[in-house]
Amino acid sequence: MKKTHFWITTLFMSLFVLVSSISSALADISNVAKPTQLGLQDAASPQMERISWFHDTLLMWIITLIVIFVTALLIYVCIRYRAKRNPEASKTTHNVVLEILWTAIPVIILIIIAIPSFKMLYYLDRVEEPEMTIKVTGYQWYWGYEYQDHEGVEFLSYMIPDEEIDESQGQIRLLSTDNPVVLPIDTNIQILITSADVIHAFTIPAFGFKKDAVPGRMNETWVRIDKPGIYYGQCSQICGIKHAYMPIEVHAVTKQEFEQWTVEAKAKFALNNQQLPYETAFNSIGAH
Amino acid sequence: MADHKPGFFTRWFMSTNHKDIGTLYIIFSIVAALFGGWFSMMMRHELADPGLQLAADGQEWNVWITAHGLIMVFFVVMPGLIGGFGNWFVPLMIGAPDMAFPRLNNISFWLIIPAFLLLVASAFIGSGAGTGWTVYPPLSAKLGHPGMSVDLAIFSLHLAGASSILGAANFITTIFNMRAPGMTLHKMPLFVWAMLITSFLLVLSLPVLGGAITMLLTDRNFGTSFFDPAGGGDPILYQHLFWFFGHPEVYIMILPAFGIVSHIIATFSKKPVFGYLGMAYAMVAIGFVGFVVWAHHMYTSGISVNTQAYFTAATLIIAVPTGIKIFSWIATMWGGSLSFPTPMLWSLGFIFLFTVGGVTGVVLANAGMDTSLHDTYYVVAHFHYVLSLGAVFALFAGFYYWIGKISGRQYPEFMGKVHFFITFIGVNLVFFPQHFLGLAGMPRHYVDYPAPIPPEHLQGMLVNPIEKIQWIAAQDYGYHLWNYVSTLGAYMSGFSVLVFLGIVFYTLFFGRKVGANYWNATPETMTFEWTLSSPPPFHQFEIQPTVK
Repeated sequence: MKKTHFWITTLFMSLFVLVSSISSALADISNVAKPTQLGLQDAASPQMERISWFHDTLLMWIITLIVIFVTALLIYVCIRYRAKRNPEASKTTHNVVLEILWTAIPVIILIIIAIPSFKMLYYLDRVEEPEMTIKVTGYQWYWGYEYQDHEGVEFLSYMIPDEEIDESQGQIRLLSTDNPVVLPIDTNIQILITSADVIHAFTIPAFGFKKDAVPGRMNETWVRIDKPGIYYGQCSQICGIKHAYMPIEVHAVTKQEFEQWTVEAKAKFALNNQQLPYETAFNSIGAH
Repeated sequence: MADHKPGFFTRWFMSTNHKDIGTLYIIFSIVAALFGGWFSMMMRHELADPGLQLAADGQEWNVWITAHGLIMVFFVVMPGLIGGFGNWFVPLMIGAPDMAFPRLNNISFWLIIPAFLLLVASAFIGSGAGTGWTVYPPLSAKLGHPGMSVDLAIFSLHLAGASSILGAANFITTIFNMRAPGMTLHKMPLFVWAMLITSFLLVLSLPVLGGAITMLLTDRNFGTSFFDPAGGGDPILYQHLFWFFGHPEVYIMILPAFGIVSHIIATFSKKPVFGYLGMAYAMVAIGFVGFVVWAHHMYTSGISVNTQAYFTAATLIIAVPTGIKIFSWIATMWGGSLSFPTPMLWSLGFIFLFTVGGVTGVVLANAGMDTSLHDTYYVVAHFHYVLSLGAVFALFAGFYYWIGKISGRQYPEFMGKVHFFITFIGVNLVFFPQHFLGLAGMPRHYVDYPAPIPPEHLQGMLVNPIEKIQWIAAQDYGYHLWNYVSTLGAYMSGFSVLVFLGIVFYTLFFGRKVGANYWNATPETMTFEWTLSSPPPFHQFEIQPTVK
């Protein structure tokens, strides 16, 4: 829980007598949103660290103070100038100094926001010299991954249907996939994103990127993962009946483990080169 | 007797009277709101627990969200604020006997009925239109929606759009040509200013939507490929066209609300609006800048980083005129002699909620920040704070402010306040927790979300909420808690709608009869509608009023 959300926390905690649990018995769920979570997911990349800083340290304070300021003013005028206490209304309708101030001060606040905002925007955009490239293709309703620097490593990734979820394996309903994406940590990874049918969006909240997968276009973003772990994302552009059922599961591993995995993956995915669509998964999600 | 009221059928089905047409619009808006609200109740009920509760599948869910969005935008807020209050009070406030083109006014209203029927049909024919209110291709193309539902939705938007364009042309003509002698533009009531600017936004933006959905229609049915990359088209083109309409559209919904709130604040402060010219030109600025910020809805679509930077800057600028309005309302109250009947409470609620929605808009304006928040519940919370809690609060404010003038009977004050407080708490409970869901990464348009399934005795809504919340909060992961709280708020808001219907019924049949100036508007805050009887005569201003 972010400390900047302390006041909101206090408010809602007192409202609902929350019993918070900080247990993280399974390593797999440490990067999934908690029920009582109020803020952004924990950053696992320099991208998300910047976004978190921008939101928690700058924006959250500014917007909270503005709301408190406006609310306080509203409450004050309602009490101070109620008819009982102030039966005679004043005739003031102009105050040039005041009007200039409440135009100029917001402009200054916006400039304070805009400068780090632009810096962050350009940082997030793309990486000059990527160390590896992965191409992601959105399909109705699964994702395809191609490791462009490792020939033959390409596969499709489907959500594991509800009835096959094995919680003892740390699998999570709606988030776990049959073929997780494996990515190395401490590597500048270029991500190319496109779609084969309708528009989808590829995102991992903990990594701080989100790009639409648009047919006929190749969008680009990048990530550098800080620490090993399992991370989840979900399709973020409405794409039809199974929009909620095409998650993204990333296993971030060390570089050595990654190299090892590519060798195994080459063998594994070569066997089912023409990988059949995962029919059972395809047809059994959700009730009909 | 000056009233030449025609017979029932002629009066209500062939109406050329702006007040009767306004009344029809208000009735239509309330009826459509019940449909749109019903969809929202089903949605919140569905999301109360993980897994599927009501929806058979994701398509059914997508149909609900699409119908909810389109109904609320095109058939509740616009007819209510523009067709309803605009028709009723623009002529009254400028001292005109009617709108400039009474028959055009009539066709504007009667186009919206078939538009609504087409939209409802689109939800129930075949597998429904599950595209979201933005109707993005290729999901909305034959590829994603092969049936005829999307075609029906497109026709519905065509008709609703034509209705709005005709109405807007009528307002512009009326306001420019039919003001009472002496009422210069700079003496015009702020609600009339708001309607004038709104009308220009409508006339300039709706044809672009019309073009976009017509291209979509020919893509779907006649083999063109405007938006199909396989034929050289581009789905992003549709998004540009849609949002070139879609962003002004949100100001179309909020500017009349600004106007209504300005009058109510002034009346119950017994003070003229502070900084009148600043208020009027802030709305002009918002309208103008509203046309050059559209791509902030498309930050993640792959537009270039420089484009994103431009749209970030332009979008942030909107906070300035909006801030001017907020501060001017507070300054209007400053030094006033404030009373707090129901319409004033709704207006105060509007200012607070619009501020909350406004600051989250500043957060979302930053393209970099939007990387995390785009298409999450944070966006849902943001636009419901400015529209569902902003525009709709203004609708209720206007209703309570003017129902005495419209019907000649006053609403029950105590119940009006009860309605306000239940709604205020309810909607905040619905939408404030959605900020948390969005920050935590829950995507929009989801029929289901990851979270542990609760044990049998804690499923559904007929359980002890405290026990259920304790159980949910003790889980290791998932988006369940705030979704459940949001749903509890939705039930409360749903109950407030029943209270409102009760108030409407009571007012119309048993309400206390009121005189011309029942709010005791002082000469400083006076507008022409308070000089007329309640309800005003069928043909008003037989002697033309003048402004000094």
